[in-house]
Amino acid sequence: MNESFIYDTIRTPRGKRKNGSLHEITPTDLLSKLMLALSDKHDLNTSDIDDVIIGCVMPVGDQGANIGKTAAQYAGWDIDVPGMQINRCCGSGLEAINLAAMKVRSGWEDLIIAGGIESMSRVPMGSDLGSMAYEPKVSLNNIYVPQGIGADLIATIDGYSRAELDELALQSQRRALAAHKKNKFKSMIPIVDQNNMLLLDRDEHVRENCTMEDLSSLKPAFSKIGQLGFDSFAKEKYPMIEKISHVHTAGNSSGIVDGASLAIIGSKAIGKKLNLKPRAIIRSIATCSTDPTIMLTGPAPATKKALERAKMNISDIDLIEVNEAFAAVVLRFMNEMNLNNMDNINVNGGSIAMGHPLGATGSILLGTLLDELEDQRKATGLVTLCVAGGMGIATIIERV
Amino acid sequence: MMYKKNKDNIVIFSLEHENKKENLLGQNFAKSLLEIITKLEKESELKGVIILFTNNSSLSKYDVDSLIKFDKPDPCYEYIESQNAILRRIEKINVPVIAAIDGSISGLNIGLALACNYRISTHKKGLEFEFAEVKNGILPGYGSIARLTRIIGIEKSLNLLLNSYRFNVNEAIDFGFLDEFVSSKEDLIKRSTQWIKSNPNALQAWDRENFEFPHGDAHSSKNAALVSVYPAMIRKKTRGNFPAPETTLNIIVEGSLVDFETAIRIESRFYTQLLMHKSTKNIISANWFQLKKIKSGASRPSSVPETYIQKIGVLGAGLMGHGIAYVSAKAGIDVVMVDISKSSVDKGLYRINNILQSEVKKQSISEKTSKEIIGRVTGTNEYSKLNGCDFIIEAVFEDQKLKGSVTVEAEKNILNPKVFASNTSTIPITNLAEKSNNPEKFIGVHFFSPVNRMKLVEIIKGKKTSSHTLAKAFDFAIKIGKIPIVVNDSRGFYTTRVFQRYAQEGMSLLIEGNHPVDIESAGKAAGFPVGPLAVIDEISIQLLADIRDQSIKELNIETESKSDAPWNEVIDFMLDDAKRPGRAHEKGFYEYPKNSEKYIWSGLAKRFQSSQKPISQKEMVERFYFSQSIEAVRCLEEKVIESDVDANIGSIHGWGFPLFTGGVIQFVNNYGLKKFRDKANQLCKAYGKRFSPPQLLESMIKNGEKSFK
Repeated sequence: MNESFIYDTIRTPRGKRKNGSLHEITPTDLLSKLMLALSDKHDLNTSDIDDVIIGCVMPVGDQGANIGKTAAQYAGWDIDVPGMQINRCCGSGLEAINLAAMKVRSGWEDLIIAGGIESMSRVPMGSDLGSMAYEPKVSLNNIYVPQGIGADLIATIDGYSRAELDELALQSQRRALAAHKKNKFKSMIPIVDQNNMLLLDRDEHVRENCTMEDLSSLKPAFSKIGQLGFDSFAKEKYPMIEKISHVHTAGNSSGIVDGASLAIIGSKAIGKKLNLKPRAIIRSIATCSTDPTIMLTGPAPATKKALERAKMNISDIDLIEVNEAFAAVVLRFMNEMNLNNMDNINVNGGSIAMGHPLGATGSILLGTLLDELEDQRKATGLVTLCVAGGMGIATIIERV
Repeated sequence: MMYKKNKDNIVIFSLEHENKKENLLGQNFAKSLLEIITKLEKESELKGVIILFTNNSSLSKYDVDSLIKFDKPDPCYEYIESQNAILRRIEKINVPVIAAIDGSISGLNIGLALACNYRISTHKKGLEFEFAEVKNGILPGYGSIARLTRIIGIEKSLNLLLNSYRFNVNEAIDFGFLDEFVSSKEDLIKRSTQWIKSNPNALQAWDRENFEFPHGDAHSSKNAALVSVYPAMIRKKTRGNFPAPETTLNIIVEGSLVDFETAIRIESRFYTQLLMHKSTKNIISANWFQLKKIKSGASRPSSVPETYIQKIGVLGAGLMGHGIAYVSAKAGIDVVMVDISKSSVDKGLYRINNILQSEVKKQSISEKTSKEIIGRVTGTNEYSKLNGCDFIIEAVFEDQKLKGSVTVEAEKNILNPKVFASNTSTIPITNLAEKSNNPEKFIGVHFFSPVNRMKLVEIIKGKKTSSHTLAKAFDFAIKIGKIPIVVNDSRGFYTTRVFQRYAQEGMSLLIEGNHPVDIESAGKAAGFPVGPLAVIDEISIQLLADIRDQSIKELNIETESKSDAPWNEVIDFMLDDAKRPGRAHEKGFYEYPKNSEKYIWSGLAKRFQSSQKPISQKEMVERFYFSQSIEAVRCLEEKVIESDVDANIGSIHGWGFPLFTGGVIQFVNNYGLKKFRDKANQLCKAYGKRFSPPQLLESMIKNGEKSFK
């Protein structure tokens, strides 16, 4: 069997949506800067790259026309490097990694650059007007409700209070701030403009002095659209729920940001050829699908599938990154996996504090996890995300 | 500078000096604005601001002095942003700001007008607007692109910015650049005041919540089609050698997809990048500083006071003669144009009329002006009419004997000739001056064809030419709007001698077996207007042969050696075997079919094909530059030309040496003297003595000099 190795991960800082520092740079430019940084860092002969896989959830406008290939070309990579863009909604960045791992394990390809990009300030969610939400016969048939309603539904079913969710959010902010202060994010590289002048060198969504008071003062984000009809529509599927409690706010949901990330995934042989040292092996991967209405319950079933494939138990995992799309998603995951504390979960904060650039987050989390495993000299790690449309995705890695 | 507050609590100000000679320089523009905005912000009871634009000429239009001095991006970006901030403050002041326009505006003025809430102009003939920056290698700056696109839309902005399209009041209204026009200057203030009173809360469109990009942003379906084709359209013109248009397009497109403040930053970042570009520095140096040095008379004898010319005589009404007569008359000089027969004279006058008509059609001059210009030209076949002319220009056919006899004939008829100038591109002036009674008053003035469009005049001093004569010729060239460079007498002078190297290098490449299409593509890629073979066809292969034969005769040698002059084989083949002397005979390196585009003659590749590996385009391009730059350095060494500025500007405006290099000598400076010398040695070894580095270069390197200055 050909094993898949992670040779490196690299990411941009995440820029805010409003007055954000990455708003003025186009996604193709941003991604290609990252590509160039990666090939420069390892002195890659880019013609050795078999494929580029880039996750992107809104592949239209600035991000359209196969940004994977376009950005590789713009970065000046060799003309014989192919590339593609994939979309598994919020799981895209990790899906790119997983696909790369499968390509390498198949033995047909040796060196894949995989990652994701999402410039949410420039190509907002919904820009593609996909049928999931924008074609009535489809959204009616599939009982589509916005993700925030799904998150509130999870909280209602599981009985998570607003305070619990806000506490998780506060922890995310504090951990993220501490991580920045301690320079924890080894994968993160500063982004400069065309004149080599700094645009951004830290995740700018993180709040300096976030308090419980701040968080608890925020208004529920989804009660209005819930009242318009989505609460009632969701209850068609969940008749046991009397009333959906709208406990998610802008403060305990993931931030809307711009960002990109990349990883070098390859075989053992290519590592030797290119004189690259593997940092981790990809033990297993999994995707799954659950109810599309509640939408966000995928992480636990996907994790179980991945664990089974790796012949591991959750207790064998040293560190976990579960995407903080909404605070309830993390709690539901812990609940289902029988994890009763977050001591080894999202230890450097998560998307609530730093933001969730849809297509990029999966591979950002992979890098964050690997950096932390090395820091703590631990061995095994899990990345998992909920995915729109009811899906879930997971990847288990082990340091080598 | 004018600033006053009236009884309506409206401030009227103008940045223009009453004394027009006292120029407000570009860098002072922002300084003055800053003073004014600071004052405005402190005004109590302020109800509105009217900025009066009356005369563009008293303002230096561009801020190049400041912009060129940055060699690092950070301070450059900060400078641009600080300038932007000043205009933004004017724009954001909480009372209406009106641009009241009573004269043509461009440059910094137009940037200020765009930052106003409302633009009113008087409707008068000749009042025009222009964005001339991009064609000059820079940008309007001040956030003008962000504003213009948000006022008139992307498609029109592209035309105005990239093509420097000059537009009048009617068009400005039509585009949406102007909001309103009035018939008189008095109405201008009246209407501005009314508008201020009825719009006390004026806001720029882009500062409103519900702003919609006029005619859609760059991704709207209509603009998207433009955005996808414009890059190729620009490259067709620039071949990637001239960065300003691409930068402009980037700013327009990317700026349209974001909010105004971000658009301004995008603009500043791209502008910084453009200003850091070597080509931009070269272009600014050539278009502004070197040109200014020439026009200020650096090569003119300073001991002679400024001279004035009232009336000139032009001998010959042909290709050059009629052109010289036209440009002189246009500059307000009376002209006597003499030719041998009545019909030749009429033909010359007819050609002048043709130029005038096309100028009227383009609206660059009025019918009345056109009549005044032709009225200044007297066409005649009588030499006696030349009496009273204080400047004679002989412009007959390029033949030493003919020129000599015309000189003798003319001098007989002029009682008191002040200057006698001969228009020639190759014949030594000292030889021609021998026929004159007053060799100290004899001088060469080499015009380029077509005279009305080509800006350069090469002034050639003969051995005995006096400094007064030189000053007079120089002043004449300036008076008729030309760029004079001064050279010493020698075969081919400066321009013909150096330019020939381009033609010769093209033919050398051919002899080596490179494909003619590759050679022509390399010439264009290097930035020359046309490939070397096409240019030879234009001037005719016969002319090259004549020049060669003349020089062989003078040097008293049998023939040039094959290794020194490999191109001779091509010249001889084209003339003797193929019988294809050039464009005039519709047969040259190219075929010239009657109703379609010219194409390379297929016999060429057949005759000169070889099994040798063709050289790369990069190498061809370097050979074109090097062969000419080396020859230009030789001209400096031999003192054929004495100023590097004259050499640079002469190369750009004389034969189209690429502007972005900064000129034929600036190319050497940029390349680095040592590196240039080493590369020249390499080329010399591989291709022949024409590349051997001149002694001047060696001695400069030895003395530790870094560049020609």
